[in-house]
Amino acid sequence: MTLSTANVLEPSVAKGRRNGAGMAIWRAIRSSGKALTGAILLFIFLIAAIFPQLFTSVKDPNDRAYGLSLPPSGEHLLGTTSFGQDIWAQLVWGTRETLIIAVAVGVLASVLSVLIGVTAAYLGGIGDGVLSLLIDVFLVIPAFPLIIVIAAYANGGNLAVIILVLVVTGWSYGARQLRAQALSLRRRDFLESARVRGERRSYIVIFEMLPSMVSLIAANFLGAALYAVLTAAGLQFIGLGSPSSVSWGTMLHWAQTAEALQTGQALWIIAPGLCIALLGAGFALMNYAFDEISNPALRRVRRNRRNNVGK
Amino acid sequence: MSESNVTVRATASEDATGDETLDSVPLLEVHRLTVVYDTPTGPVIAVDNIDLTVNRGEFVGVVGESGCGKSTMLFGIAQLLSPPARISAGEVLFRGRNLVTMNDKQLAPVRWQNLSVVMQSAMNALNPVQRIGAQYADTMKAHGASNKAEIRTRSEEVLGMVGIDKIHLDSYPHQLSGGMRQRAMIAMALLFTPELIIMDEPTSALDVVAQRSLMLQIKELQHQLGFAVLFVTHDMSLVSHFSDRLLVMYAGQAAEFGETRTVFDTPAHPYSKGLLEAFPSLRGPKVPLVGIPGSPPALSAMPPGCRYEPRCPLAYADCKTVKPELYEVNGVLARCLLYSPHNRPKTSTEPDDTTPTEGKP
Amino acid sequence: MRYVLRRLGMFVITLWVALTINFFIPRLMPGNPAEAMMARFRGRVNPDALHALEVAFGINTQKPLLVQYVDYLGNTFTGHFGTSLTFFPQSVGTVIVTALPWTLGLVGLTTIIAFVFGTLIGLVAGWRRGGALDSVLPPVFVVASALPFFWVGLLLILLFSVTLGVLPNDGSYDVTLTPGLNADFIGSVLSHAILPAVTILVISIGGWILTMRNNVVTVLADDYIRMARAKGLSNTTIMYRYAARNAILPNLAGFAMSIGFVVSGAILVEYTFNYPGVGYMLLQAVNNEDYPLMQGMFVIITVTVLVAILISDFLTVLLDPRAGAEG
Repeated sequence: MTLSTANVLEPSVAKGRRNGAGMAIWRAIRSSGKALTGAILLFIFLIAAIFPQLFTSVKDPNDRAYGLSLPPSGEHLLGTTSFGQDIWAQLVWGTRETLIIAVAVGVLASVLSVLIGVTAAYLGGIGDGVLSLLIDVFLVIPAFPLIIVIAAYANGGNLAVIILVLVVTGWSYGARQLRAQALSLRRRDFLESARVRGERRSYIVIFEMLPSMVSLIAANFLGAALYAVLTAAGLQFIGLGSPSSVSWGTMLHWAQTAEALQTGQALWIIAPGLCIALLGAGFALMNYAFDEISNPALRRVRRNRRNNVGK
Repeated sequence: MSESNVTVRATASEDATGDETLDSVPLLEVHRLTVVYDTPTGPVIAVDNIDLTVNRGEFVGVVGESGCGKSTMLFGIAQLLSPPARISAGEVLFRGRNLVTMNDKQLAPVRWQNLSVVMQSAMNALNPVQRIGAQYADTMKAHGASNKAEIRTRSEEVLGMVGIDKIHLDSYPHQLSGGMRQRAMIAMALLFTPELIIMDEPTSALDVVAQRSLMLQIKELQHQLGFAVLFVTHDMSLVSHFSDRLLVMYAGQAAEFGETRTVFDTPAHPYSKGLLEAFPSLRGPKVPLVGIPGSPPALSAMPPGCRYEPRCPLAYADCKTVKPELYEVNGVLARCLLYSPHNRPKTSTEPDDTTPTEGKP
Repeated sequence: MRYVLRRLGMFVITLWVALTINFFIPRLMPGNPAEAMMARFRGRVNPDALHALEVAFGINTQKPLLVQYVDYLGNTFTGHFGTSLTFFPQSVGTVIVTALPWTLGLVGLTTIIAFVFGTLIGLVAGWRRGGALDSVLPPVFVVASALPFFWVGLLLILLFSVTLGVLPNDGSYDVTLTPGLNADFIGSVLSHAILPAVTILVISIGGWILTMRNNVVTVLADDYIRMARAKGLSNTTIMYRYAARNAILPNLAGFAMSIGFVVSGAILVEYTFNYPGVGYMLLQAVNNEDYPLMQGMFVIITVTVLVAILISDFLTVLLDPRAGAEG
């Protein structure tokens, strides 16, 4: 839990962080309230996604087995929908699809970002110019309208389509950041020494550059996951998700079409939205905490009153 | 424990402008200055109990390795520290007033009018989005000037002093060359003809030729205008040519302090000796270069005795446990047990206060 | 000057890529959705419009792909997007013209307000590092910016429209009133705009506050700030002329990237509140399989975004003397 004071005052040697990166990240998470909160939130949702049975006894959340529009009770924690489905069960089972989308998009988009961003930085010259142009164009093209158009033509998206369009529109931000960092790393001495030692390019990229960029890559993963959660929910809300799937966005969609607000079924709207917000918040908090890790200037200035050496 | 307030008068100093009767009072007196960094695990001492004086018109150099705390000390003196660094003890008497106890409002008139600062990299020290002229003007306005013509005239004047065409008042910092930027920064420091200019390695970013020309220019301006200079650098040879007195810092403490000539010809502290032996002489006989093995101690893990002991070729048993004070030796102050009147190295002839001899380890 | 040209070049290239994607998607989708749509058009539309549709979607034509493509680009630049199915017989162009002002008003104004206030708050928060503002803000706004737009909108509706009944949640103005520069109408427009605007504001302001705060904190560590202190400048002067002017630059650059976020939010908000802007029209088009309208909306959204980015690029050149200088 202690940051060695030597680290505070001596210039950080990037090479030394290779082995310390994992430990440093773990320590930083533990010490930051934000990161801890985010991590806990994510963990809870992860459990719900993997073991929904722990939270509800209902096996099929889409099953219209119960009374219509029942208020919350011991049997139905959040009541039932207009179609007779248990809201709480839907909420729990919906976690799975939402998390699958978030993680899948996060991983794929991050991989793509790293590939293109780092390659662009390493190629330099025309190769870099072309890839940078690609990154910039994709960065700027309005993603959501594009996704809507694609999903519309595909007549509503199934999971694969949604994931695909999210990755295609979501990789460019990370690629740009990674390219910028890779460029600045390129000029650093420890890479120069690797080159002079005669190491192969791929070795340099994988074993020397990437470890220094771990925290940025992690931040990108979280950012992409957040983007995926919100955008997928938005898509499902407007009806472009797969209608039979169980996910929070779809719940909101049905709730909206059934005019839940106006018919006094506010919980049907509040609950799934709250879950989206919490999951999103979890990713966002961790993301912010990683920002603080990569940029020491942002770390909290702690007023250490008990250690005040009086004048 | 003889820590004497030796104010060795600089012999070759220029005539000071200003009140002659104040000549005997040093312009700047630093007593027991201590700067700490507040870290999550507690305060870490970066500058430890430094004493320093600068007289009017004097050029005092401060040398030391990277991380010895010289820049921190400088900013501490100028009241320019920012969290987590803070002054935890000591006083900085500038023209008789203690800057440490003054608040921002009280400090404001002193800043720049009497005490100005020159930093290492002008590219970083000048506001990148403002023209040079605007940066000169805003400090003049902050000190009460309002007449645009007067401001302009003065700005052109200071630029002329450093040999920059006044057309550059309308330039942005990135449009000037490195050397020009440094000189523009120095010109800015001269706006109010202050009594003391504090310089933090202003030549480190320049090539050797530009370095020398800049130093000559600074000395020339000193002749003309009579200000004192407190100059921090890691370059021993540079500071040897241009300074009147020299402070050698090590691990946050003063290792040696005295007239430059003396320190150079007969360095008392083993560290100063090591530094000098690391520099080849251009004309002298060829001697093997000896570096100083090892590195300075981490601020959080200071040796209990003398801080230089781990690397010192003359260290003996006491050095590990006894903290040396500053002892007077041959007209300079040196923080080394060899010169303490109380502790004697075991195997050597007794050194006395005026003729230091090296003990044989 | 070269910088300006480069940005213009980016504008053109990106627009071209977007249009090309727009052109190819219907042709690449399995099952050729356009064909199905055409069936609903036949017999109701005059031959010219029908022909334009065929060109836009590559149906029933023997022309090679390249010629179709060129025709399509030509049509786009002359504003011939075809006829809308949903608002038949209005042309897509007409729909665009009626919808665009609502979006620009709502989203445009709100974004500018969010940017200005967010930047100011972020400046103060970053300046008083460790103060009360700084400790409370980041977590609050980090969470706020992760909230789904439509959910916040729905919550506001729940609170103000359904429960309290004070603010409307449907449309951009009361349709029983006649549009005109009269107090009733304007009042109605404003009251209808409040909830959607607040929704967008609440979520997007957080981003500006946080990035500006981070920028300010980073800038404050720079030497020229210390130099400004050494010169005896007042804190206000330093905060505005030295810190703010430098810290805002990355924010402007980030503006381009945040626009995508704002656009998606705008679409969802317009949907939630039935606000007849461009986003709402896009979704109407989707729900009705009105492909010409959909494509037209996509183009106009893209163009608007690109123009906004171009404006922020020019602002950057104005504020950062180094930007114009780099070749």
